[in-house]
Amino acid sequence: MYRKSLSCPYLIWAAAFIIIPLLFIVYYGLTDRSGAFTLENLAAIATAEHSKALFLSLGLSCLSTFICLLLAYPLALILSGSRLGRSGFVIFLFILPMWMNFLLRTLAWVVLLDTNGVLDSLFKMAGLPRFKIINTPAAIVFGMVYDFLPFMILPIYNVISKIDVNVVNAARDLGANSFQTLYKIVFPLSLPGVISGITMVFIPSLTTFVISTLLGGGKILLIGNVIEQEFMKGTSWHVGSGLSLVLMLFIIVSMVLSSRYDNGEGNVL
Amino acid sequence: MKKRILLVCGCLAAATMFTGCGGSSAGENGVVNVYNWGEYIDEDVIDLFEEETGIRVNYKTFDTNEDMYPIIANGAADWDVVCPSEYMIQKMLDNDLLLEIDPDNVPNLSNIDPVYMDTVKEFDPDASHCVPYLWGTVGILYNKTMVDEPVTSWDCLWDETYADSIVMMNNPRDVFAPALISCGYSLNSTGDAELQEAAELLTRQKPLVLKYTTDEVRDMMIGEKAAIGVIYSGEATICKQENENLQYVVPEEGSNVWLDCWVIPTTCKNKENAEKWIDFLCRPDIALKNFEYIYYSIPNSAAIEMIEDEDILNNEALFPGNDVLSRCETFHYLGEEAEEKYNNLWKQVLSE
Repeated sequence: MYRKSLSCPYLIWAAAFIIIPLLFIVYYGLTDRSGAFTLENLAAIATAEHSKALFLSLGLSCLSTFICLLLAYPLALILSGSRLGRSGFVIFLFILPMWMNFLLRTLAWVVLLDTNGVLDSLFKMAGLPRFKIINTPAAIVFGMVYDFLPFMILPIYNVISKIDVNVVNAARDLGANSFQTLYKIVFPLSLPGVISGITMVFIPSLTTFVISTLLGGGKILLIGNVIEQEFMKGTSWHVGSGLSLVLMLFIIVSMVLSSRYDNGEGNVL
Repeated sequence: MKKRILLVCGCLAAATMFTGCGGSSAGENGVVNVYNWGEYIDEDVIDLFEEETGIRVNYKTFDTNEDMYPIIANGAADWDVVCPSEYMIQKMLDNDLLLEIDPDNVPNLSNIDPVYMDTVKEFDPDASHCVPYLWGTVGILYNKTMVDEPVTSWDCLWDETYADSIVMMNNPRDVFAPALISCGYSLNSTGDAELQEAAELLTRQKPLVLKYTTDEVRDMMIGEKAAIGVIYSGEATICKQENENLQYVVPEEGSNVWLDCWVIPTTCKNKENAEKWIDFLCRPDIALKNFEYIYYSIPNSAAIEMIEDEDILNNEALFPGNDVLSRCETFHYLGEEAEEKYNNLWKQVLSE
């Protein structure tokens, strides 16, 4: 009984800030302006502009997740094997920027990548071709990778650093070369971390609207922007909620997939 | 069971925490809850009002008419006095969200130039629900050193020599207005064919546009990141003060003229104080003080008479001639269906 009462604040929190808002979304998503039941808001995803935005979001978030993985995995390997990594200093460096507001950091990239911005000016001075990625999908992927990379590194690093050295040594004793050890031993053992990293990068990338607004110059419409527009500029909270429900489907699918592999060890945040 | 009761109590407690607009400590003569555009008042004016009347001002700002509307319409907070634009006032009137303002409680109303009361009648037939606060036009701000010849027409927004140096606003009505006018239609068009044509024009323009933004036009023009930007007249004046190369023009085909007014929503709890607030802002010295801070055009003729600086009086962005005004049009509220049309077409343009 004592233990149960301890969970009370959490239950209130969950109800007030998770369950109730979620029920509101479901309610708005399944009703029209007059309050009658309808599935039209869910079907709205099928219109050309919405499905284009959804596919673009899926594409860009898959790409940025993949790039994050490519960057994070070797780094996590190196860190877990070096003294510098074990002391936690490099990991600390990766967490450090997260102390600053993520919006500010993205805005900083706008200044850096902008036409006549810092990088562009440097390129110009060096006589290189102009550096123009601002307001393109490439800039958005860049922003996603920058913002979400720590969420990929941390779970992978966490899992790899817990792998028993003796397992690796045994593989080497039995004649496996470094590549075989990595491919057959380390990678499969680190899979929970990889999966949890993928989820933690993929979901925020899929739903972001801030990064695409700031780095895409308002010219690129991701599904997050469509939903934001429905709520903030448009008049239809119903369509916005309907689209959010559809998006939730994709998120649930990716979470189910990840929970099949993830035994919980990868979760560090 | 006990747990469930606790949970319900908790939710209720949480729910009550988020109602009301948070104003707790009242002044000796009560409070007034003011909901205004961001950066749309000289904050000293608020202090002056509190000192003179003993009414505490609970002041908050919104970014767009569209952000403000659901908050008033859903009764999410009890604002006593709000400052929307003309088309939004029309929408609020259509939905019975506004109270009449008693002219006897606002004696300074006589300072407002009758011309603007006539404009008010376009959306509020007996001009009894709103008091004009500030107004302006929408036009093109361009950088004299970055364009080949002076801009006079909206056509420059489709000129390929300015690729990647055009900045457009980013809400549907403001984006469609130049396109509709260029096609020779009214900026209040609702016809499918007309809107479709404008959308095609905007789709054609999209590769040339550097950025769709309403908030950053100012910084981008001052920083010379763009050559041409669609902007509000008041912001244009501020830009010109920061960068001498900039020039503001209301295109010859016509444009949008807007008028923001104070209104009192039906959710108002302190109507008397709200009227005092409106009256205070109509006082010539206060209107002037405010004007000298924000530099948007004022409809207050008594305050305009007090302006001594010739440069400001001759500033065409602030005080456009009648020829400019006669070719401009206000936005009308077009109804939910038309709003949705604009929204959907805008999304189509963006997803291309």
